[in-house]
Amino acid sequence: MVETWGICIYILKYSMKKCREHVPLGARSISTQIVRNRMKSVKNIQKITKAMKMVAASKLRLIQTRAENSRGLWQPFTALLGDTPSVDVKKNVIVTISSDKGLCGGINSTAVKVSRAINRLTSGPDKETKYVILGEKAKVQLIRDSKKSITICMTELQRNPLNYTQVSVLADDILKNVEYDALRIVFNKFQSVVSFIPTMATVLSPEVVERETESEGKLGDLDSYEIEGGETKGEILQNLSEFQFSCVLFNAVMENACSEQGARMSAMDSSSRNAGDMLDRLTLTYNRTRQASITTELTEIISGAAALES
Amino acid sequence: MLRQTSRLLARSIATTQQPIRLMGARPMSTNMPATPVEDSTFAASWKKVAPHIDPPKTPSAFMKPRPSTPSAIPSKITVNFVLPYASQLTSKEVDMVIIPATTGQMGVLPGHVPTIAELKPGVLSVHEGNDVKKYFLSSGFVFVHANSVADIVVVEAVPVDRIDQNLVQKGLADFTQKLSSATTELEKAEAQIGIDVHSALSSALAG
Repeated sequence: MVETWGICIYILKYSMKKCREHVPLGARSISTQIVRNRMKSVKNIQKITKAMKMVAASKLRLIQTRAENSRGLWQPFTALLGDTPSVDVKKNVIVTISSDKGLCGGINSTAVKVSRAINRLTSGPDKETKYVILGEKAKVQLIRDSKKSITICMTELQRNPLNYTQVSVLADDILKNVEYDALRIVFNKFQSVVSFIPTMATVLSPEVVERETESEGKLGDLDSYEIEGGETKGEILQNLSEFQFSCVLFNAVMENACSEQGARMSAMDSSSRNAGDMLDRLTLTYNRTRQASITTELTEIISGAAALES
Repeated sequence: MLRQTSRLLARSIATTQQPIRLMGARPMSTNMPATPVEDSTFAASWKKVAPHIDPPKTPSAFMKPRPSTPSAIPSKITVNFVLPYASQLTSKEVDMVIIPATTGQMGVLPGHVPTIAELKPGVLSVHEGNDVKKYFLSSGFVFVHANSVADIVVVEAVPVDRIDQNLVQKGLADFTQKLSSATTELEKAEAQIGIDVHSALSSALAG
């Protein structure tokens, strides 16, 4: 009598297990399939992020030396023409520099935020602010709310390493197509692999330089300089301001590319570390479940056998 | 008056002792970079429009402040010579530089009048004692400041001894031929620039 009870209970348990729909056929008490799949995908993600980190690190090393070497280029202009972030002019052009690809932390959104704030700062009655955007990511963000004020948009800059000639062609293109009194170049200056400083460089148009010099405004001491060459003073100032823009833009593009690689490197580093942590947790769950299922089965078999014996 | 004492003190020390000069040159309340007033107005207006974001830094924040104009003319001129991909000379003190300005060769000695000059292709020579270094410059600008600092910003420069005579002659011939066969204004201008650069190169090699 007791034997049949035992067998009955065993069969009942077995059929109950079969009734559970989401468990695949032939699987034992608790399925580990889902956890295993999850582990595999996390492992693959970790491999990808590690590889991306390596790529960013090698690119960073190349571009860091170039960015650091280009830092001398803008300093003479700032020494001569001064630094004029608060200059009040009618036509402002904000040149936002961003990256083409994502997965590089917050550098693009920082640049966009700063550009928007500068837009608010420079806008006013009978004033005009336009955007010139370099890079895909800033375009995607700025096109939402200020589509009308975007004049030029250039992407795919970072595909090949940039040199000064290419940047000056770019600068020429910008200068020909926009009317400006002041150009505000917004970029992330590279400080270290984990820190980037949002920076705004201002380049004034020759007319504004002349006006500020004459009115003894912000560039008062430019008047004491003797100007050699060229037909007129205006012509030299025109050349000077165009040259300044190309130099500042060159440095800005370099710094931003460097920041991008640095940010990508640290972002990928932290995401591969996260993937590692996640993998550890999943492995623990997996092993526990496996252990539990083995224990359950053993208990069942032993209790079944015990029931038969008695 | 008392506000100025630290600066005056630092200046008198700086002339006598070299190592302390570095400490004295640190930005203190009196000798900050030239634009502290503007920065504060910028920061104030920034606070109004974007109180949650820090104002962006501006280039002057990353620059060492330039020395103020000394009362006596120093014996050496400080030269900064920069290219897009390198800084050839950084705050180097030399005796004289000769610069190929568009108006003719220009010798710059300490105490030169403040000048902005455009450059043409030609030879820049840096005189340091008996040592003369010669570079061939393509184009750019020179700023000579009142404090005997000369900034030379150039697009491309090479030491003269690294120029190949044969290639220069060949390039000159090429561009002369291009000029004669040029039809549009743009082509003519381009060929003329080529000829100018190459003849400057060959005269640099000859001289």
